[in-house]
Amino acid sequence: MERFTTLTAVAAPLAQANVDTDVIIRVERCAQVPKHELGRYAFEALRFLPDGAGNPDFVLNREPWRRAQILVCGDNFGCGSSREMAVWALAGIGIRCVIAPSFGEIFHGNCFQNGVLAIRLPRETTLRLSALASDPGTATFTVDLERQKINGEIAFEVDPLHRRMLLEGLDAIGLTLAREAEIAAWQAADRARRPWVYP
Amino acid sequence: MSRTLFDKVWDEHAVADLGGGMQLLHVDRHLLHDLGGGKALEELRGRGLKVRNPELTFATPDHVVGTEPGARGTRDWALKLVDSLRTETRRAGVTLFDVGDEAQGIVHVIAPELGLTQPGTLVVCGDSHTCTNGALGAIGFGIGSSEVVHVLATQTIVQKRPKTLRARFDGAPARGVHAKDMILALIGRIGAAGGNGCAAEYAGAGVRALDMEGRMTLCNLSIELGAKIGMVAPDETTFAWLEGRRFAPRGALRERALAYWRSLASDPGARFDREVEVDCAALAPQVTWGTSPEDVIAVDGVVPAAKPDALAYMGLAAGRPIAGTRIDRVFIGSCTNSRLSDLRVAASVARKGKVASHVTAWVVPGSMGVKRAAEREGLDEVFRAAGFEWREPGCSMCVGANGELVEPEARCVSTSNRNFVGRQGPRARTHLASPATAAACALAGEITDVRALA
Repeated sequence: MERFTTLTAVAAPLAQANVDTDVIIRVERCAQVPKHELGRYAFEALRFLPDGAGNPDFVLNREPWRRAQILVCGDNFGCGSSREMAVWALAGIGIRCVIAPSFGEIFHGNCFQNGVLAIRLPRETTLRLSALASDPGTATFTVDLERQKINGEIAFEVDPLHRRMLLEGLDAIGLTLAREAEIAAWQAADRARRPWVYP
Repeated sequence: MSRTLFDKVWDEHAVADLGGGMQLLHVDRHLLHDLGGGKALEELRGRGLKVRNPELTFATPDHVVGTEPGARGTRDWALKLVDSLRTETRRAGVTLFDVGDEAQGIVHVIAPELGLTQPGTLVVCGDSHTCTNGALGAIGFGIGSSEVVHVLATQTIVQKRPKTLRARFDGAPARGVHAKDMILALIGRIGAAGGNGCAAEYAGAGVRALDMEGRMTLCNLSIELGAKIGMVAPDETTFAWLEGRRFAPRGALRERALAYWRSLASDPGARFDREVEVDCAALAPQVTWGTSPEDVIAVDGVVPAAKPDALAYMGLAAGRPIAGTRIDRVFIGSCTNSRLSDLRVAASVARKGKVASHVTAWVVPGSMGVKRAAEREGLDEVFRAAGFEWREPGCSMCVGANGELVEPEARCVSTSNRNFVGRQGPRARTHLASPATAAACALAGEITDVRALA
């Protein structure tokens, strides 16, 4: 997995609440488009007009946010479907960090599986960041995961395990496989305790 | 110490504490489907790994298979996904309930129906509506593609322990008000993020009175509340419902299981991080007006002056009654509302008239099991006689993955779970409602109050 240590990049404001993973990537794209091409269809309903032309009102179609690698979002960002393609699609347009007051939980977990840093911050802080992101003069943020600071001043916290995975580019499966003996022992005891669970 | 239902089931599955609130949990049942199952197994193989417990892993095609009556009509690109699921499950020794198998259906319909999901089990699937399984007193939650591969390789999942939320439903719902209305009302009350970070437990006399299928509808919409997990304590209704199901324990094993299952209910005095109450007696049938399940009102209510973008997308004007809004389609199906009791209620409404001539109405049973049972009761004939299309089992128009879509700007009353922008097709307008309300709307050709159909 790609490591995440420090990122200095343009942040785009996407303030609306409850942006769901269907809006981030449509199911037919999930089923038909290879992982590395999903970026083309990220936010399809918002980025493009019905005739296929770019929607000039959508923030990611405008300078400097066209180059954004950070999104400052509203409540419950990434709610809905578990589709990890939503994270792949965001990564496909260069997004490495999403900041919101709250996230759809499955989406939040999926971010960390893909080297994307998801940061929860109180609503007033995200509103302040959103205001900064809205002005091209202040839209460039530095996100430092090592020190857990945005622009050197705004502190954030991510789960220690998630932080370590991103900083070191660790593979979750590899970490768990190292615990095989524990899993085997647990399962052996469980087979005696709850035999009906095992067909 | 008093513990909640959730605490008991979670603690039972803890293999290791990973620090910082993260735990490694054992997975009792892993369900795979056609949208990602084949790919995940392929990736596992590519990494030189094997499915650790193929006997705890089960697969079925549901998301992308066509549901055209008789013919199926699965498209070529979708057939490739189904073929990959076939090849990979065969290679890995994973049981597949394939198209044509009497057990095929929507994963969250068949897992309980086959007795795979049992009280106190931990169930995961690469689909957010896995929370449906909580109706049996299990912990069920959706996971992403990477986590699917992790579970295949290790039979465990890394999770942060959530907070707990208890929603009490008291009072008896009036005629025409169903489980779907109860849960939509709760989402309307606390919002689509109201259960964020929580495992929900649904309790109270209103929940006790629900049959298992109603409880599944309740738990199914937990994720629309922001809660990844939703549960109902198992009781005699649960135990009776499970008896004799294909994978449910029998004989002496069932007796042992029953003793354990009876210990699972939340202890008196167990503490929840948040509690909410809903008075079922005060509820009217619910219908959504916007593009989030929280945008919900009573069917005899007025479209609120909120969320202008959502109103524009939905083509609705604030301040007008929602009833009387002309519709184009009705969809009765999905892991929310496609079970036998849902179809019985819808059929009892369908008996009272004919689908309006400008409306296309579909009934998509949730599984082959449901389809056969409904046909034995003659429900298919009732639907067909009223002008509904009786289709094959699958996710169909809920997820819109096989070209089974609502046309741009067409309006659909749907028993599914998501009214998101573009969910049922680009620019499609979805109104979520119960099967009773959906069937009544099909006959009326507009959004209507099922209670008026005497």
